[in-house]
Amino acid sequence: MTDTQWENLSNQAIFVAGVVYFLALLAHLVEWAALRKIPSYETPTTGRTAMFGRLGVLLTVIATGVHFVALLGRGMAADPNRVPWGNMYEFTISGAFFVSLLYLVLHRRFQLSWMAPLVVGFVLAASMTAVIWLYDPVAPLTEALYSPWLVIHVVSAIIATGAFTLGGITSALFLLKARSERRAAERVEERVAVPAGGVATGEPLGRPAATQEAGGSGPRTGYLARVPDTATLDRISYRMHAFGFPVWTFAVLITGPIWAHEAWSSYWSWDPKEVWAFITWVVYAAYLHARTTAGWRGRNAAILALVGVATLWFNFIGINFFSTTSQHSYAQGVEDGGAVQAAVVAVGPAVAGQPASGSSS
Amino acid sequence: MSDHDPARPGTTPDDEPTRRPGELGVRELGRWTWRQLTSMRTALVLLLLLALAAVPGSVVPQEDIDALKASQWRESHPTLAPIYEKLGLFNVYETPWFAAIYLLLMVSLVGCIIPRTGVYWRALRARPPRAPRNLTRLADHTTYETDQAPDVVLARAVEVLRGRRYRVEVSTGSTDGGAGSTDGDRWVSAERGYLREAGNLLFHLSILVVLVGFAMGSLFGYKGGTIVVVGKGFSNNVTLYDDFVPGSLFRQEWMEPFAFDVTDFDIEWLTDGPAAGQARKFVSHLTYTEEPGGPEREYDLRVNHPLTIGDTDVFLIGHGYAPVITVRDGNGDVAWTGPTIFLPTDGTFRSFGVVKASDARPEQIGLQGELYPTFGFQAGEDGIGPYSAFGDALDPLVSLTVWKGDLGMDDPGSQSVYVLDTSKAEQVTKEDGSMFRLDLRPGDQVELPDGLGTVEFERLERWNRIQISQTPGKLVALTGVSLALLGLIGSLYVRPRRVWVRARRTGSGDDARTVVEIAGLDRSGGGDVPAELAEVQAGIMETPASKEQDA
Repeated sequence: MTDTQWENLSNQAIFVAGVVYFLALLAHLVEWAALRKIPSYETPTTGRTAMFGRLGVLLTVIATGVHFVALLGRGMAADPNRVPWGNMYEFTISGAFFVSLLYLVLHRRFQLSWMAPLVVGFVLAASMTAVIWLYDPVAPLTEALYSPWLVIHVVSAIIATGAFTLGGITSALFLLKARSERRAAERVEERVAVPAGGVATGEPLGRPAATQEAGGSGPRTGYLARVPDTATLDRISYRMHAFGFPVWTFAVLITGPIWAHEAWSSYWSWDPKEVWAFITWVVYAAYLHARTTAGWRGRNAAILALVGVATLWFNFIGINFFSTTSQHSYAQGVEDGGAVQAAVVAVGPAVAGQPASGSSS
Repeated sequence: MSDHDPARPGTTPDDEPTRRPGELGVRELGRWTWRQLTSMRTALVLLLLLALAAVPGSVVPQEDIDALKASQWRESHPTLAPIYEKLGLFNVYETPWFAAIYLLLMVSLVGCIIPRTGVYWRALRARPPRAPRNLTRLADHTTYETDQAPDVVLARAVEVLRGRRYRVEVSTGSTDGGAGSTDGDRWVSAERGYLREAGNLLFHLSILVVLVGFAMGSLFGYKGGTIVVVGKGFSNNVTLYDDFVPGSLFRQEWMEPFAFDVTDFDIEWLTDGPAAGQARKFVSHLTYTEEPGGPEREYDLRVNHPLTIGDTDVFLIGHGYAPVITVRDGNGDVAWTGPTIFLPTDGTFRSFGVVKASDARPEQIGLQGELYPTFGFQAGEDGIGPYSAFGDALDPLVSLTVWKGDLGMDDPGSQSVYVLDTSKAEQVTKEDGSMFRLDLRPGDQVELPDGLGTVEFERLERWNRIQISQTPGKLVALTGVSLALLGLIGSLYVRPRRVWVRARRTGSGDDARTVVEIAGLDRSGGGDVPAELAEVQAGIMETPASKEQDA
């Protein structure tokens, strides 16, 4: 296959993946619409509802596979062949791919079916955002990107991004679930105050004892009722972050500086991308500490996780539109010459203006 | 910066002492302040402050990172600039308030890990704690009955738990069971996951190491840049740098006495594809000596492949054109000759430069203008005039305006070699008063009006921009951050657990049974103890039975 064919294949694949993600989302929405009226302790394993749930997961698997073909095509279309991490479009579809992949890998282990519509919706939105606003034709890498560190640095950053994103979704659900549990508890208190039915725990009468969960006193139907209780959500969220944080540390504080030292002569130069990666790191460090601090665990920790994921995605996409001094200038779109040339261009005037001060390299 | 661990009282008391005002002595006040500072809540707030304080540096242009952007910003925001200046917003990462946050954080960290290290040291040598009186009150527990004697069960429990790498303690017998009791209180206590706290401490200590490494780099190191014309050389001396940023404790005698020549420069221009017009595969061929008189070596300097000499690294970070321009003055003497560095202003390498022929007589001659590596011209009203179509030097042309008179070279204060001071000079025009401009291709020589002399564009040469930095402590920082990662993995993935097994004889005679209680406590808040207990129970129950069968 020629490079052009690969590029066309990649473009078609990402489009197909988008459509299949959309169908998966529809299947999950049908599933959850049907589950809405069924009490949460009953989980249908046969029939249409269960079929739509399985269909949703199956479609997500297919979409993720096609998504991978899109990434492969980007890499094969470049001359010479390379990892598909040369510009924002490629970073974003790679990030979305890893979110989806990680979700599928962990689906069985953590029983993540409740996360399905949110993850699929997010992946669909992220990859379509990339297609519509960030698209760039396949181009050779800029000089600074020719390095084995491209693979190591970017793959670890993207994996951590995927884990943090799933953790963020879980934390958002934690906050919703906590609110719903709190409201249910308030309602039960009102109810218990009148008839002394001996239901001190607030468990509705007649609920099979086997399905009782610790602390799970929320409403019995609806989406949130099927989301695991806050303790489980907190634990899953912690697991995701505990996985993401060391990987992020490796990406941002080890491979990033090593590469920066080789390419830009300074292992840490407070480049905006570096600053925001550092901010993300500090926020997640705060999250991990908050989880073990009295008065901070639970709600505040979940809020910190959301702040973390916000800084993460802001750094991923947003900072490119706010800062023009970043050396991570592959992000600035087609009109920019690329890292090395941008550096050269910037060096000149800086020397001209202030011969005695630091260069802008 | 420590995990608040309720199972280890006295580690880091989060609760401030409740005292009425006026009761604090100086010493107590100090103690109270210390406790506040080293409390986890303060550390959390400081962490968030640090994140917040780092934000402005990514929004406001920083003096150290992009001096030009910073000065442009200052000019376009005349009201805000002085305020920002006072707040240090052009130099966020060196301001006292930023330093205050991370220094407080470090103090908090030290105040936390020192006592914790002591606690950990004692915990390491301590035996697993005795079993709680009532194991079934723990959240995770399981009970079963068996015919085996308590001794057999407990011996098997010790074996199973040791096999699962627990540290095991066995009850001494009837201390708790009361005098005369034949059964006594028989239990096995086990603990594992000691490495978690070790990882935790290692992580926090490593942060200090990283900080030390980082500080070494910024205090004792330097960073400088120089532009070297291809074919010429450079020796490592402060006076030869175009820009030089030393650390505050840097001393010149630490500079390594190396020297190098740029013998050749390769570049490949892309002429098709989406990246057409870009260049790649920059290679700067160097010959260098590490010290005067030392052996001469060769190195191909490329992006991502710096040359390391001792503690110093040499980087190729840019390139451009240097037209060789010769100015002869009115007397026919050469007033200026040599490659003149033109600085690129965009991706097509349209470049700007000046020539200051201050020795020219009768009047000083100044030239300023642009170089177009591949000259193009778009005429007409909508036209952009002269431009460079391509970065490679396919059809180079310099277009210069000419100035005469005082170029301000004798004025006090330094003057940039890339800017022509035209305040006291006069622009040279044609005799009819229209603009005079030199448009020269290589080899062209043009006579200036008024008998000022001649200007010749002999040929086009290239320059490389070389960045040189000496960063002591970078290996310290790398080691620190690697150890931190190691510690982090320990502190996040090692699961400290305690497991207790108690066996009690109930009934008497033939009905006598042994009740076995197993309970577990997860001390990290992320593990699934029931699964672990189930495995422990299965281990205790099944294997001895099969052993008996074998026997």
